[in-house]
Amino acid sequence: MALNIVVCVKNTPSTLAVPVDAATGLPKTAGLVFAMNPFDEYAVEEAVRIKEKNPGTTVTALALGPESDHAVLRDAISRGCDAGVLLSGPELQGGDAFAISRALAAAIKKLNGQKPVHLLLFGKNTNDDNSGTVGGQVAAWLDWPGALSVKKIESIDESSAVLWRMMEDGVDKVKVQLPAAVGTVKEINEPRVPSLRGKMAAKKASIPTWTAADLALKPEDAGAAGARVKLARSSAPPPRPAGTRIAGATAAQTAEKLVATLVERKLI
Amino acid sequence: MSQQKILVVALMQRGAASPATYELLTAGRSLANALKQPLVAFQVGGTAESARELVERGADRVLWSGGAALQDFNDELHAQAVLAAAAQEKPSWLLLPASVAGRSLACRVAVKLGAGLATDVNEIDPASGTVKRSHYSGNLQATMEFKSEVRVVTVQGMVFPQAPRQAGRSGEVAELAFAPAAAGMEFLSFQAEEAGEIDLGGAERIVSGGRGVGGPDGFKLIRDLAHALGAAVAASRAAVDSGWIPYRHQVGLTGRTVRPKLYVACGISGQIQHLAGMSTAGSIVAINMDPECPMMQQATISVVGDMFELIPLVIAEIKKRRGAPVAA
Repeated sequence: MALNIVVCVKNTPSTLAVPVDAATGLPKTAGLVFAMNPFDEYAVEEAVRIKEKNPGTTVTALALGPESDHAVLRDAISRGCDAGVLLSGPELQGGDAFAISRALAAAIKKLNGQKPVHLLLFGKNTNDDNSGTVGGQVAAWLDWPGALSVKKIESIDESSAVLWRMMEDGVDKVKVQLPAAVGTVKEINEPRVPSLRGKMAAKKASIPTWTAADLALKPEDAGAAGARVKLARSSAPPPRPAGTRIAGATAAQTAEKLVATLVERKLI
Repeated sequence: MSQQKILVVALMQRGAASPATYELLTAGRSLANALKQPLVAFQVGGTAESARELVERGADRVLWSGGAALQDFNDELHAQAVLAAAAQEKPSWLLLPASVAGRSLACRVAVKLGAGLATDVNEIDPASGTVKRSHYSGNLQATMEFKSEVRVVTVQGMVFPQAPRQAGRSGEVAELAFAPAAAGMEFLSFQAEEAGEIDLGGAERIVSGGRGVGGPDGFKLIRDLAHALGAAVAASRAAVDSGWIPYRHQVGLTGRTVRPKLYVACGISGQIQHLAGMSTAGSIVAINMDPECPMMQQATISVVGDMFELIPLVIAEIKKRRGAPVAA
């Protein structure tokens, strides 16, 4: 059973301590170290595991970003993906999840035209924007069934997949017809480290770059022009007020003081 | 042109409205008052009786759609229903809960409406039409501006108080007929979380354990304290990765984001990845041997000490104050 899988990846800052540019009021990411969004590693790993169980399966990693984001696609290939496609160019930059998902969906349609796609995988969210909506919006653009927060792909064949979806109060088991879009959570697997063979393959891989024109996107529908929300400004959250330390002469006295303080502050 | 409205999506799951629904009504009421627009709730699933409760909690009008197709969450079918309600009501703001279902629905609805979407919103400014949400895992707070007429927002849990029930409050309740179209998803089954577990997302109090708990047995103590406080049980990544407690309890960057009134962190050093999930807690109590660790610096109340010695004493003290018998 040969499947064709697309997995979305993003190059994001490796640190969470991102300063704000005083002049623009926006996060200042220039000069930071970038790497694959950690949550995308689970999606890549799941795609590769499905490939390993189903001979003939192909996995294409898809990213949108500047030319330098070739690096994240090479990382995906080094982890077992077969190919990568980068969506890039000035007209695709500056978009929100609406515009980004529209471009990714257009690329998946194009890939689907070359060879029918069965499954789209993506991580639960990115560690920079944290919205967790790009994958779900891609599913909407494509009119594909989809599920977010999937912790297990129980079974898959060319026509359907059975998924375990983590809800707040338990786990839903659902069956989706393929093609479908699936968002993964950390519990789904343990990502591997890139192999030497994978690194060699990644080095040699030819990664095409598709522009908005290649995706038949109108300029007003792509990037910043096609966005529906805009990050106006960013700021550090207010610092927490200084705390108090509780201590007693004995552990029992400390416990007594702690409970008394919690009661006094109406916390319990 | 018909008047615009504030539309709140009330998701019924397993036959009941979640507390998040009533929080959305508070956020919606505030927007409706500021913008002088009616507050409409669209209840997906449920009954006319449960819809009536939404009127009593502040909605001017409640639409509801029921039927077997909407009994369990199905991304496409629920989106069809919400889009039908949106087509009729023409909302200026569409509010959904920041849950798995809420986020999934918001994605589909925003694309189909050509609308901007902001998730996990923790502040709404009706005057400017902007919202605030955290990014970079809580290290930065973003102000988002919409460029669309319709603003789709998922509201972070525990930010707004639940709208109280005012018995007898009047308002219209109407059924919106829903004829499901084909969908590519079939719901098979649901496995509930262990009985008695309090969901982290809606918990007012959380007791959390980290590496300092030492092993799965240590979580028995965490659970005992949680039980004494009526709290949910959480864990850091270190504890989950060690296999001491299931992933669904994990708070932080790779787990859940929570916003309780009280977060008791036991044996958690406070790595930035963990703080990302809980730093907006109202009050943080840290119990740790290391007085200099980041969690102790963040804490509202910090206690230096051995949690294995302190927690049983804290539980005994709580029981004593409540008049319950304390085991020797």
